[in-house]
Amino acid sequence: MTLYTSVLDLIGDTPLVDVSGLSPAPRVRILAKLEGQNPGGSVKDRVALAMVQEAEKEGALRPGQTVIESSSGNTGIGLALVCKVKGYPLKIVLPTNVSIERRQLLETWGAEILDSPGTEGSNGAMRLAQRLAAENPEWWFPFQYGNAANPKAHYEGTGPEIWRDCPDVTHFVAGLGTSGTLIGAGRFLKERNSTIQVWAIEPPPGEMVDGLKNFDEGFVPPVFIENNGYELLDRKMIVGPRESVEWTRRLTDVGVLAGISSGAAMAGAAKCAGQIEEGVVVVIFADGGWKYLSTGAWTDDIDQVTERAKRIIYF
Amino acid sequence: MPVEVRLPTVLRQHAGGQASVQANGGTVGEVLEDLVRQFPATRGQVITEDGTLHKFVNVYLNDDDVRYLDKLDTKVGDGSVVSILPAVAGGAG
Repeated sequence: MTLYTSVLDLIGDTPLVDVSGLSPAPRVRILAKLEGQNPGGSVKDRVALAMVQEAEKEGALRPGQTVIESSSGNTGIGLALVCKVKGYPLKIVLPTNVSIERRQLLETWGAEILDSPGTEGSNGAMRLAQRLAAENPEWWFPFQYGNAANPKAHYEGTGPEIWRDCPDVTHFVAGLGTSGTLIGAGRFLKERNSTIQVWAIEPPPGEMVDGLKNFDEGFVPPVFIENNGYELLDRKMIVGPRESVEWTRRLTDVGVLAGISSGAAMAGAAKCAGQIEEGVVVVIFADGGWKYLSTGAWTDDIDQVTERAKRIIYF
Repeated sequence: MPVEVRLPTVLRQHAGGQASVQANGGTVGEVLEDLVRQFPATRGQVITEDGTLHKFVNVYLNDDDVRYLDKLDTKVGDGSVVSILPAVAGGAG
């Protein structure tokens, strides 16, 4: 046992667990990295801590300064934990259509929630945060989509941990949001072994794109573009809500209570396994299932849950 | 052979309000050319004038982003569905 001086020291070094019992191919192992084991409950704790520490080092964030960020939940929760411990007031621009637990956790660690229309999704929340940050230059705006500390947290943490625990990895599968996990850990792994394939899994954009007037209003994260994401990724696939929920449920057969985006990532890992004869697929489970109990994901009728999942942001 | 092309909201106004249309072609690029032939107002929106995909547009063959397959040369087959979607800040945590 180790004695930790701060809860922030518990961030990272997450376990890799064999879930090959769910692999469709007998000679393909699937290993899941359980990011839900982080103290704030998701992979985003790494990013939140890295962005804050980097800004402190550069002098961009000073004691007591207000922090503002947009988030569909996990980055906000990670920042809320880090900011609470370090004493920064925090404002999170949050789409209204996230699970109640995400909202409660933000409030638990003292974040002030600024509502953004659910129909505009993460895109709308990001735009609102950009506007508010521009209007209030005295606030610090980490902007996770464009912050180099985001992929760096995975290049220096997630990637090396995977390599340490499983140098036999042949395929790396993770959800795509800001692209920080895929870019950071994916690059680290490819530098160690250039034959490793990096697969991105994304949710269908759903109704959040309906409000766009034209394609020029679209967005690709600077983190993705500046790090040659187009070159780095080998595949990018959409996994829909029903399949995501089905795999989230299946994960409990091997004892894993993971979030719905982890079900989507696992669906992608299973597709990957189904297309190769042998190999080792490492998949990121971004968070645990606790925050989604209110959605009835495991207990209610699958059709109802799928309809509900279409209306909430679970990535 | 005809394949189903699913259109995002921003393109439907140029295709008589339809969410899904039929188009012909052996590759994704040919299918998108046929889309422009049928609905000239969509010209330049998905494929830009230099012949590449608009940077904020993702095109999927079934569930796969064609940028990571053979791009516009990706072959389509019977029963394929080509979906055009705007790239937006997704469900990032």
